[in-house]
Amino acid sequence: MRLEPRESPGLGLRFAAPASAIVVALLLAAIPLAFAGAPLATAYAAMFDGALGSVFALTETLTRATPLILTGLAVTAAFRAKLWNIGAEGQLYAGALAAVVIASHAWSSSPFVMIPSMMVAGAAAGAVLLLIPTLLKTRLGVDEVVTTLLLNFVMLLFVSMMVEGPLQDPMSMGWPQSEPIVDEAVLPELVPRTRLHAGLIIALVAAVLLSLLINRTRWGLEMRAVGANADAARFAGMKIGRVMVFTAIISGGLAGLAGVSEVAGVRGYVTLDLSPGYGYAGIVVAMLAQLSALGVVVSAIFIAAVFVGADSMGRAMGVSSYLADLIVALSLLTMLVAGLVARYRIRWA
Amino acid sequence: MSKVAAAPVLRLTGITKRFGPLVANDRVDLSLGRGEVLALLGENGAGKSTLMSILFGHYTADEGTVEVADGAGSLKELRHGSPAAALEAGVGMVHQHFTLADNLSVLDNITLGTEGLWRAFQGRAAARRRLKTLMDDSGLAVPLERPVGTLSVGEQQRTEILKALYRGVRILVLDEPTAVLTPQEVNQLFDTLRRLTQQGLSIIFISHKLDEVTAISDRVAILRAGKLVGERETKAVDRGELAELMVGRPVELHGRDPQPRGVEVARLAKVSVPGPRGGMDLKSADLALFEREIVGIAGVSGNGQGALAALLSGLAQPSGGSFSLFGNTVTRFDAGAFVAGGVGRIPEDRHRDGTVGDMTVWENAILETYRDGANQRAGWMRIGAARDHAKGLIDAFDVRCPGPDAPIRLLSGGNMQKLIIGRVLENRPRLIVANQPTRGLDIGAVAFVQDRLLEAKRAGAAILLISEDLDELFQIADRLAVIHSGHLSEARPAEDLTKRQVGLMMAGEGQGAHAA
Repeated sequence: MRLEPRESPGLGLRFAAPASAIVVALLLAAIPLAFAGAPLATAYAAMFDGALGSVFALTETLTRATPLILTGLAVTAAFRAKLWNIGAEGQLYAGALAAVVIASHAWSSSPFVMIPSMMVAGAAAGAVLLLIPTLLKTRLGVDEVVTTLLLNFVMLLFVSMMVEGPLQDPMSMGWPQSEPIVDEAVLPELVPRTRLHAGLIIALVAAVLLSLLINRTRWGLEMRAVGANADAARFAGMKIGRVMVFTAIISGGLAGLAGVSEVAGVRGYVTLDLSPGYGYAGIVVAMLAQLSALGVVVSAIFIAAVFVGADSMGRAMGVSSYLADLIVALSLLTMLVAGLVARYRIRWA
Repeated sequence: MSKVAAAPVLRLTGITKRFGPLVANDRVDLSLGRGEVLALLGENGAGKSTLMSILFGHYTADEGTVEVADGAGSLKELRHGSPAAALEAGVGMVHQHFTLADNLSVLDNITLGTEGLWRAFQGRAAARRRLKTLMDDSGLAVPLERPVGTLSVGEQQRTEILKALYRGVRILVLDEPTAVLTPQEVNQLFDTLRRLTQQGLSIIFISHKLDEVTAISDRVAILRAGKLVGERETKAVDRGELAELMVGRPVELHGRDPQPRGVEVARLAKVSVPGPRGGMDLKSADLALFEREIVGIAGVSGNGQGALAALLSGLAQPSGGSFSLFGNTVTRFDAGAFVAGGVGRIPEDRHRDGTVGDMTVWENAILETYRDGANQRAGWMRIGAARDHAKGLIDAFDVRCPGPDAPIRLLSGGNMQKLIIGRVLENRPRLIVANQPTRGLDIGAVAFVQDRLLEAKRAGAAILLISEDLDELFQIADRLAVIHSGHLSEARPAEDLTKRQVGLMMAGEGQGAHAA
């Protein structure tokens, strides 16, 4: 068997490949599901119903997708320039903390002031957290995979210190949670009496802006060139360090926004379980989307639907909701294979 | 034909190999006589490597047979797609990029894979004795105990040949063996090959250099676009005919064309450039470049050419001496500023430094000028204008490609190089730094690149041409300097020098080369 590169994958193949990858992933997930003793058709129907079957289910899925879009975009921006940011989780918490600091009771103003200042502060906090490992990389050659990953734990401990110390809510009866943000800072609901909030709009606008940045501007050209071939970028006169710093600000800022959106749209305060790993899931989202900013929206909604649907299926059928992790992992694997099939023609010699 | 008729040791019949729609080999018939040197001549992509890969079992032919003579001299069909069978039958190959382990000694490299897994190191004394005999018989001298990484390129190549001989090959395939050698090493290699053929070895010599082919071979087979377009006795053919057979049309290489030289464009005075691992890659170099003049730098790869090119391209900072460009002392070592100031750079490695493979042709066409007002406004790329500009380059420089939106990795090396040359020349640079601009190109593309450089020179540019190809340097350079282990000799008029002199200086001997 040998692989021969295709000159350019056709448009049909480009859409058929990811679609069939998901079908194959669901088929493979049926094996453990059958072992768990669940009737397959009913189980998948329950899953579909729980994720997309009603207005409520849909809003839950989109609520779950919102932070995933933002962290997925953060990873996409960084990976495009081959800045291996594994620290979106920590940057998310940095953004969440900054949001609480800005929007707790010290001052209050109209939402038109509160929400933008919270977003700016959250993005800045996320950006600063990624700038530290980025500067260590560009100045001293320290591997950013390690530093961004480890900073996640540093950040979690810092959050723990803050929510049990200076930022702890005096009304929380000793629970480690921060003061809530003021009402003026809360993101408005998009659909009445659901959890879906304006953070989704922020995420969608961010996706469009990042797509334009990457594909239409000189800074995007620099990011892509540095990512695809740093030697050629340097030869052409680009400043690798500066491009990395710019990328870090965009990427860390987006992850910080995810934290702002969760605090201001869903929780209202910071706890240590604010994110069930949205930062790490952002990597999966970005890889599934093959580092396309607009594709991130689709893959984030898909992953959110799998999680929400599997939760609901778990409750209905009595199977473990860990099946969601399994389906997501299988989708990533089948998507990688699909990517290979789209780029290469397989010949049996 | 006499040697073939006497005792053929190899016969390829009707070899056809397709890769998708591409026919890499189209019904190729070839035979090789005992003790014969057959040159396989062809441009890049003509199908030479594919044919040899089939012979060696790396590829399976779609049609046709490979027959190799056994010890008794009768032809036996070789099993398809099996390198082990080829080795067994006595076919050996020395690849252009050596397949040696740098950290192992010559002896270990040669015996690697010939010993049983559980009996390693047992037959060393015998192996050493056998190798000594082989070295005496063939004239190939290599220090057996030295790690391969410490050897010169020539010695590494001799190690590769010894490795093949140690395995008892009767047919040796050499893929572009002279690309990495100095002229003296080439002569030494040819002496060795003649000696080996007298002892009965048959050799296939792959090349696209006409003078080497005529110097070493008994017979030439010419491949073009996958087809065998001719076979000639070397004695009875001239280089013009070979070139025409290879390219398919007459090729004319243009010569020096001296011009009255203009004002000084760049001057190095005692400039040193540090290397990546400490020490100086360029040691106290003096050089002056003038308008309407090509200064050639000869040297074996890795002797400081990279540092010299990087310095003049704005990619490296000197640690000593003074460097002036267009009359001003350079204080900002910034590639972007150099380009904007009028320096055109043709990089040594077009895949690594010249292009971003996954980006489109148009993006690569503006890679050095994307900040200009013509290509962006307030940060927004003017994609329409940039694509039109790329289309203009594609037409003007005859870049064969699917279009400006195709990823540049799909282009052949020659077309990639044409795009890079176009990108450089359309800025009308006053200084052009061309590092190995024709390396790996076929003769048609070589002529194209050389003509464009000569044109730029007539139009007033100063050109620094770094090349490993002495023929090229003597053909188009006005003055020549030699670089050896970081020392740059004085640049002298090319007509005052001979290839022999320059070759000795490249090896670090003779006048002009400073003591290291």
